[in-house]
Amino acid sequence: MIQQVEQPLIEIHDLTVTYHRKPVLWGIDFTLPKGIIAGIMGPNGAGKSTLIKAMMGLVPVGSGYVKLFGEDLKEVRAKVSYVPQKESVDWDFPASALDVVLMGRYGKLKWFQRPRKADRDVAMDCLKKVGMEAFANRQISQLSGGQQQRVFIARSLAQDADLYLMDEPFAGVDIATETAIVELLKEMTSEGKTVVVVHHDLQSAENYFDWLVLMNLRLVASGPIKEVMTKELLQETYGGKLNILTTVTDLLNKQDFPIREK
Amino acid sequence: MFNYSILFNPNVMYVVLGCLLMSVSASTVGTFTFLRKKSLIGDAVAHAILPGICLAFILNGTKNPLYLIPGAFLTGWLSILLVDAITHHSKIKQDAAISIVLSVFFGTGIWLLTVIQHSGMDNQSGLDAFLFGKAAALTSFDVWVFGIVALLLIAAIWAFYKEFQLLSFDKDFAQSIGYKTQLLELLLSGLTVLAIVTGIQAVGVVLMASLLIAPAATARFWTDKLHVMIFIAILISSVSAIIGASVSYIAPSMPTGPWIVMVLSLCAVLTFIFAPHKGIVVKWLKQRRNQQQMLEENILKTFYYLTQTTPDSDKAYFKLTDIQKQRSLRESELNKGIEALISEGYIEKQNDQYYTLTKEGLHQGKRVAHLHRLWELYLTEYLRIAPDHVHDDAETIEHVLTPELQERLEIILGNPEIKPEVK
Ligand SMILES: Nc1ncnc2c1ncn2[C@@H]1O[C@H](COP(=O)(O)OP(=O)(O)OP(=O)(O)O)[C@@H](O)[C@H]1O
Ligand SMILES: [Mg+2]
Repeated sequence: MIQQVEQPLIEIHDLTVTYHRKPVLWGIDFTLPKGIIAGIMGPNGAGKSTLIKAMMGLVPVGSGYVKLFGEDLKEVRAKVSYVPQKESVDWDFPASALDVVLMGRYGKLKWFQRPRKADRDVAMDCLKKVGMEAFANRQISQLSGGQQQRVFIARSLAQDADLYLMDEPFAGVDIATETAIVELLKEMTSEGKTVVVVHHDLQSAENYFDWLVLMNLRLVASGPIKEVMTKELLQETYGGKLNILTTVTDLLNKQDFPIREK
Repeated sequence: MFNYSILFNPNVMYVVLGCLLMSVSASTVGTFTFLRKKSLIGDAVAHAILPGICLAFILNGTKNPLYLIPGAFLTGWLSILLVDAITHHSKIKQDAAISIVLSVFFGTGIWLLTVIQHSGMDNQSGLDAFLFGKAAALTSFDVWVFGIVALLLIAAIWAFYKEFQLLSFDKDFAQSIGYKTQLLELLLSGLTVLAIVTGIQAVGVVLMASLLIAPAATARFWTDKLHVMIFIAILISSVSAIIGASVSYIAPSMPTGPWIVMVLSLCAVLTFIFAPHKGIVVKWLKQRRNQQQMLEENILKTFYYLTQTTPDSDKAYFKLTDIQKQRSLRESELNKGIEALISEGYIEKQNDQYYTLTKEGLHQGKRVAHLHRLWELYLTEYLRIAPDHVHDDAETIEHVLTPELQERLEIILGNPEIKPEVK
């Protein structure tokens, strides 16, 4: 099930990515509309991070192209925010939480220019949005894994973009905070912004996302979540990955998703 | 006697100034090398410079630094590119790639040096000084050249401070906001090579890596802020350069470079011992303080139990042996604890043998006993641990429970009665 949209915000056409001649993404081809929260899901090693990196021009693309806002990335960079997987950086780096969030403002600064007072205000505000204002001056290695993740989300918010590409932003974040941040993201989409989130929890997916992309090295499905969250498509995506699948099929057998476990 | 006035001789000033400029630029650039986990690269570059210097000398027949520096720069940079290329295009890891490049380049350098020495070219003597540094032979011209290079380096780091910071912390993100990360990396490695090329004049090939990395590694212990870290690294390297260069003049048979590195190492060792939070001394002091606190609280608690079991509280005077009957404490330890408690006003000495708790001491003793009981109850009632297993645990935990935790425990357990534990 691959639903294409008119006037897409994101258009990915026949995208192929290889690492050392090993293909990781095969002819990925989908479009996403504006003003939605979209989830990208698939098992470990499915190429989700690679897909996001390819969209951000961080890995060389074998064939095909990506268009954001109907243009090449370099024309619209200022409107796009990227949240890497938390593990991709060294958290022993000498910086405070506020320093990291301030990095979200660097795109708006010229060479030589230092962050201004207004940038600090924005950064503080974004820390507040993820409930981390009390930790602004804390050295980042002294934050818990979930708190570090929240700092990354705050940095992304500080970019004040129109399109957010987030690689597992909720990994290690507690339920209360996760729910609060999803609320925040939903608010942002109602202002016309678009959010793409790599996510692992099938249970919460239906509550969080309007649109779902299922993939496993190739594209399995892309469409409104109600139409994509089917037993067959999930089986096709996770096939063989027994643990998750059995849980999911059990879940789907009940045919309704509990909001949240207490 | 040393002749201190020699330090004010203009030639000596040149040497001190030259060493200072080189150390400062090396440590500034080295901070980023260190943070990008490329410390070993410094070593490869330092060794790879030798063939460049020899080649430049063969081609130009002069030891003028204006000719030698480009040669050194070329092979130094080539070595960085080679290490990157090897790690990128093969399965060889960075450390292995570095040792391969290092030995090939250095071997070539030594071979060229031998060729030059046997070629009978005039004025070749002294070229091997690059191996060990030749700070003492710096001329005013050298100092001018290196001074300008050093200023350029520092200006470049200052100008691209936020770009280099982001590059070092999160390269993908830097690229995602449009930074030309490849260009920045090239620039940073170019600056590193330049810093090494100049620094080698002071300390030589072998010790260069420590001039580059040691100040940053030491500074990291003192701060969690990048700009402060750079500042401390500069401070440490300046002090080392000045002391190192001066010492070598006061005791003239001493080489300059090794002295600079000696002082740097001393700073590093002192840091590992005395640094805040991570230093050995601070950890040791903290441990001692904890032990002292535990000792005192245990004595107070035991006193409190004894007081509770004495029917007539007006006669609650005890001998030290009463305490020892309850708790096995060595006499020296007990005396130390009692003395401290007397000076803190928790215990009073009645006469030669007898001691009693003051009002405050009674309060403290009761507090500790209360915490002990709370924790025992928490373990037995909430975690369902057998009552005869909980005492030892409570013995430690009673000393660490904070007032907030106490309050939370009281909320779930109520305000339980304290059971005096008297043998
Ligand atoms: N730099 C790399 N070099 C070589 N292979 C890579 C590299 N990065 C990823 N791969 C491979 O590409 C495949 C897809 O990886 P990717 O990180 O995109 O998966 P993912 O869906 O994000 O997984 P996860 O859920 O674990 O984050 C994996 O098989 C992985 O081994
Ligand atoms: Mg991933």
